[in-house]
Amino acid sequence: MHELVVISGKGGTGKTTLLAAFASLARKKVLCDADVDASDLHLIMNPRIHQRHDFKGGHTALINQDKCTGCGICRDVCRFDAINENFKVNPLSCEGCGVCHYFCPEEAVDLPQKTCGEWYISDTRFGPLAHARLGVAEENSGRLVTLIRKQGKELAERMGLDLMLTDGPPGIGCPVIASLGGATAVLIVAEPSLSGLHDMERVAQLAHGFNVPTMTCVNKFDLNPDQARAIESMAERKNVAVMGRIPFDPIFTKSMIMGRTLFEYDSQSNGALSVKSIWEKVFKSLKNHCEKNKKLPD
Amino acid sequence: MIISVASGKGGTGKTTIATSMAFSVEGAVQLLDCDVEEPNAHLFVRPDITGAEIIYTPVPEVNMNRCTLCGTCSEICRFNAIVVLGETILPFTELCHGCGGCMLACPEKAIRETGRELGVIEYGSRKGLEFIHGKLRIGEAMAPPLIRKVREYAKPGFLTIIDAPPGTSCPVIAAMSGADFILLVTEPTPFGLHDLKLAVGAVKLLDIPCGLVINRSDIGDGRVREYALAENIPVLMEIPFARGIAEAYSRGEVLAQISSGWKEKFQELSERIKNIARQKSAGTSYA
Repeated sequence: MHELVVISGKGGTGKTTLLAAFASLARKKVLCDADVDASDLHLIMNPRIHQRHDFKGGHTALINQDKCTGCGICRDVCRFDAINENFKVNPLSCEGCGVCHYFCPEEAVDLPQKTCGEWYISDTRFGPLAHARLGVAEENSGRLVTLIRKQGKELAERMGLDLMLTDGPPGIGCPVIASLGGATAVLIVAEPSLSGLHDMERVAQLAHGFNVPTMTCVNKFDLNPDQARAIESMAERKNVAVMGRIPFDPIFTKSMIMGRTLFEYDSQSNGALSVKSIWEKVFKSLKNHCEKNKKLPD
Repeated sequence: MIISVASGKGGTGKTTIATSMAFSVEGAVQLLDCDVEEPNAHLFVRPDITGAEIIYTPVPEVNMNRCTLCGTCSEICRFNAIVVLGETILPFTELCHGCGGCMLACPEKAIRETGRELGVIEYGSRKGLEFIHGKLRIGEAMAPPLIRKVREYAKPGFLTIIDAPPGTSCPVIAAMSGADFILLVTEPTPFGLHDLKLAVGAVKLLDIPCGLVINRSDIGDGRVREYALAENIPVLMEIPFARGIAEAYSRGEVLAQISSGWKEKFQELSERIKNIARQKSAGTSYA
């Protein structure tokens, strides 16, 4: 079982469009959308949902006003300013630490577990998809990322599939950290701008800390060829393998509007052809990493 | 007055809008970059950094001379961040949320707090604009406490513009809550619309007035505008796609400073926002 995780650091560089395009090229794979905070892969994959499960996340304090004597201990011990002067809990501030629950002398604080989102197992025209949706303003996105990757891997094993393509979240924080552990390799989709260079360097450093083999490609490289070169030379210095460049091509947007992958929309466009060449290199590199790990793929 | 610039989907133009507005408005203005995972505003503002503050979150340290291995600390900790293991106590500080529960609950007073570095806050200025940003330490998972620390730099009497992170979960809430207005930046594509709906859900939860900027407004389709109309969200600005704008962005140039007319448009945008926020605080509906 090997897993490619596509991440970016900076948002909006083309992770999901690229992953959907890979999905139409790769054979015998499971898809996984680990961008649980703002998942978009389903908009292209149009999944038929077979299983729907609640995601139980953290806890939120709930004060029973009948038992509360207004002593104020809960407000004193809460570090998150989550309890107001009327002893009402603000669920957006509550961290779910339960310190108020522990110290309340009247046992007036309950700590129910929240349903923070949902996760799904679905079928798509490109194979099975494990995906999830974190509720708006919820916490624990890292836990949901870990859960959905685990579900995807189990699904792959049950179905005898050897590859998982995972659409990762932007940034470098908790959901990204949760998407890196145990991955066979990561692909960072970069954009040729000062911001793109800055963000790519930070996320590459994070991936390096996880000891995951890291690759990159530059999307829309012709918007600034100098920055594209700067990203590639920085990648080489950081031991990140450069897989290729994708030109700015309106079919990225056009295909998205039709709910199609690049290859379904126009397989001979410059954008699609460059993505195909990148996929071939990425797949070869995945195979190499697997051979090193003594797990021979098909 | 605090305006938070947010988006749902990444890469829609939050930083472009936040930096352009910050450089266009006259008077006392601050820009707070709260996208602490991948802060970019400094690449456009190019501030002279005059100071920095390393930010820590409290984590437990156990004095083994006092500890009796009673296990109370691991009982109260809901994040598995402190565990009794044989003859010793093991704090897993990277899992710690800094609630202080273990320290308060320890009957032997064997726990004191030390710090785990969350990242750094840097501050400075450029052309009269005050600039503050947070940079999350690489490998650190928890952005919200650092974002809250950046927010503490907001000064009364200033127009404070916040560049928020993408998404709709806890880091975004930390960058939006308590703002007077939320300016949502989107693009008119299916991904843009889908993530915009999630972002509007978060804004409604916070009960803050909001408005929309549609970036690259001539690519994509009309569904974002239809949605905005149906939801009564005012479209305050549209920026058409232009290769020149994308190229200038890639070089770290501020939109309001590269071509004529944009500065006035951003001034007008901030005036419209101020009016809407004022009406809202006076109790009338904004839409």
